[in-house]
Amino acid sequence: MKRPAAFALALLWATPLIGGTAFGQTPDARRSGFEEMSRESQAMQRDDTANPGMFAVLDGEELWKAKAGSAGASCADCHGNAETSMKGVAARYPSFSAVRNAPVDLQGQINICRETRQHASPLPLEGHDLLALTAYVGRQSRGMPIAPPDDVRLEPFRRQGEALYKMRQGQLNFSCANCHEDHAGQSLAGSLIPQGHPSGYPLYRLEWQGIGSLQRRLRGCLVGVRAEPYSYGAPEYIALELFLMSRATGMSVETPAVRP
Amino acid sequence: MARVLISLPKARKGEVVEIRTLIQHPMETGYRPKGDGTSFPRDIIQNFVCKLNDTEVFRADLFPAISANPFIAFTIKAAQGGTMTFSWTDDQGRSQTETADFVVE
Repeated sequence: MKRPAAFALALLWATPLIGGTAFGQTPDARRSGFEEMSRESQAMQRDDTANPGMFAVLDGEELWKAKAGSAGASCADCHGNAETSMKGVAARYPSFSAVRNAPVDLQGQINICRETRQHASPLPLEGHDLLALTAYVGRQSRGMPIAPPDDVRLEPFRRQGEALYKMRQGQLNFSCANCHEDHAGQSLAGSLIPQGHPSGYPLYRLEWQGIGSLQRRLRGCLVGVRAEPYSYGAPEYIALELFLMSRATGMSVETPAVRP
Repeated sequence: MARVLISLPKARKGEVVEIRTLIQHPMETGYRPKGDGTSFPRDIIQNFVCKLNDTEVFRADLFPAISANPFIAFTIKAAQGGTMTFSWTDDQGRSQTETADFVVE
């Protein structure tokens, strides 16, 4: 009689282990926006023939091989096959750029490459070509854990990002944290407030009917609280991206994700 | 022209299969203001036709309320295999045709 009881107890102990929790750790309460979506939107993201973000990935694949600038070089000329050379790259951006002496996100890094290697003009931020290239590079990290670089030079910028995340602003006087920490999982009008983990950017947003970057998403929130949005590529956005990515450390990259 | 993604699964004879298509298109409604008092001209896909060995098996008319990059999924009963042709025609008279082999075992 004693043994089955012990066995049942052992099972009870083992159950949280299956859920990915080790002893002495609190369970991971972080949820990707994917889990909050409707089943139909989830199916759309899962199926590469139904995910409209794949159009950007395919456009990006073409651009990867296209020669550009006065150097007449393509991305592939230096980096070779993106499927191997770009694996895991998107999971560790924003990174510190020695060229700019500042952190840059993946889009910024692509433009640095264009200027210094291809001798071409930088692609306009939030333009289709840059988003497509970023989506193609990001796609190569799909399923890999977000792994921000362990670089001390990034630390002050990450702290700046955290401060911005917690800073109230705009006419409505809200911080990012007011919604995405304090009220995540509740609704804002008809929409569910996600925890705000940037795991699938650039992503296809059904509301935009197109692909957009994390900066566009942040801009949308800033306009929502009636604050003046920063211009694309602003250091404030990069700092916020740095903080958000470190907050999502270990979550899977979903690029190109679909969101409502 | 535009990019197309098609999911056409293999089928057993008599089975009902779902065919899914996605095409890259702006589906400009004609109602979006330009900011100067005029609107962006309408440019939508007007119709979609799917044929199996030149026999029409599915047709759809599209309207301005349909989102960009329209996704069309439909089911057919797999009676015979052959060449499946998918074609989309838009307001500008541009038409795109894709073909795929429909395998029925």
